[in-house]
Amino acid sequence: MAQIFTASADMRLRAILLGILILLVCLATFVGGYAESSYGTLVGWVQDQPVPFSHEHHVAGLGIDCRYCHTSVETSAKAGLPATHICMSCHSQIWTGAAMLAPVRQSLAESKPLEWNRVARLPDYVYFDHSIHVTKGVPCVSCHGRVDQMPLMSRAKPFQMKFCLDCHRDPAPNLRPPDEMTRMDWTDWDRDPGAHKEYGALMAKTYGIEPAKLTQCNICHR
Amino acid sequence: MKSLPALLPLILLLGSCDDMSHQPRYDSYEKSPLFADGKALQVPPEKTVARGDPARERELAERPEMSMALMERGRERFGIYCTPCHDEAGTGRGRVPARGFPAPPSFHIERLRDAPSRYFVDVITRGHGVMYSYADRVEPRDRWAIAAYVRALQLSQDAPASALSEDERRKLEGSGS
Repeated sequence: MAQIFTASADMRLRAILLGILILLVCLATFVGGYAESSYGTLVGWVQDQPVPFSHEHHVAGLGIDCRYCHTSVETSAKAGLPATHICMSCHSQIWTGAAMLAPVRQSLAESKPLEWNRVARLPDYVYFDHSIHVTKGVPCVSCHGRVDQMPLMSRAKPFQMKFCLDCHRDPAPNLRPPDEMTRMDWTDWDRDPGAHKEYGALMAKTYGIEPAKLTQCNICHR
Repeated sequence: MKSLPALLPLILLLGSCDDMSHQPRYDSYEKSPLFADGKALQVPPEKTVARGDPARERELAERPEMSMALMERGRERFGIYCTPCHDEAGTGRGRVPARGFPAPPSFHIERLRDAPSRYFVDVITRGHGVMYSYADRVEPRDRWAIAAYVRALQLSQDAPASALSEDERRKLEGSGS
């Protein structure tokens, strides 16, 4: 009776198994690497915009508070993209002929909104409410980074689940006094971490923040 | 055509590419082919009244009672919406006028010292001269709060020395020389 398997069959089987293993490891490395890369998280990637709006100029240069334009951040889930009317509060009088601002004037004239491209976007399966974060002490800079140093807007933090959970597991050290919510460069507590810790613990108690509840799935996925 | 059902799994695979990140629903500010203007956020139809509107109008009509909380709120809102032009002291030398915006009048002039608080609320509501209306940004109660804070600012630049406490007057005399 002829042999079914040749002498090298065993070797070939092993080689194929090893090949599959190597392929799987490569695939996992690639997927993981992609998810963590700035290409996947979009951190630092500038989006094309109809007008090259500079947060650096308006926030650091002119000292305009975030809430001047993002008016609903304290009262609703959305921070609020400013209506053209808000841009024109100033630009009806200054830089009135600037070519850069032509889309803004056109938007006002035709009452068609400017089509900004989202920079800090969360997936649709995530429930997020700006107001609860801002009114309970999580400052803008925690998620949006040093917006005052961004001539063109880009995402500052990878909005992955672990980013949210890091804070939800232990919110106290991330809480700030209400007055300093929109401050970008507030470092008072870096000098005295003790005070920060105490304040955070106290505020977590005052606001009724319970980390055990904050890490439940349905807090963000509802 | 018979092979069509065989393609179904492929379509399902394509669906998973999106990772449920874009679900078939409208979020604020999204595009919508459903409406003529292409916006998911629609302007309320004419002659409709939003649920909070009557309460808002009542708040606008009547000045809230003065309190420290109202004053603090006024200070905060003034800082956000007014200081870019009117500056922290209300003299009208903010950073935006410094860049070419017509300078607003100082709050510390006779006409505005004599104006009633309602006048400031009206200006915030309807705008004045080159100043746009801030009705979309400042709630009625906050307009009264800002008016209250403007009153405090005016007093800060126009208080008679006799109204100060003994201690503060001594400080004032010490710093004046």
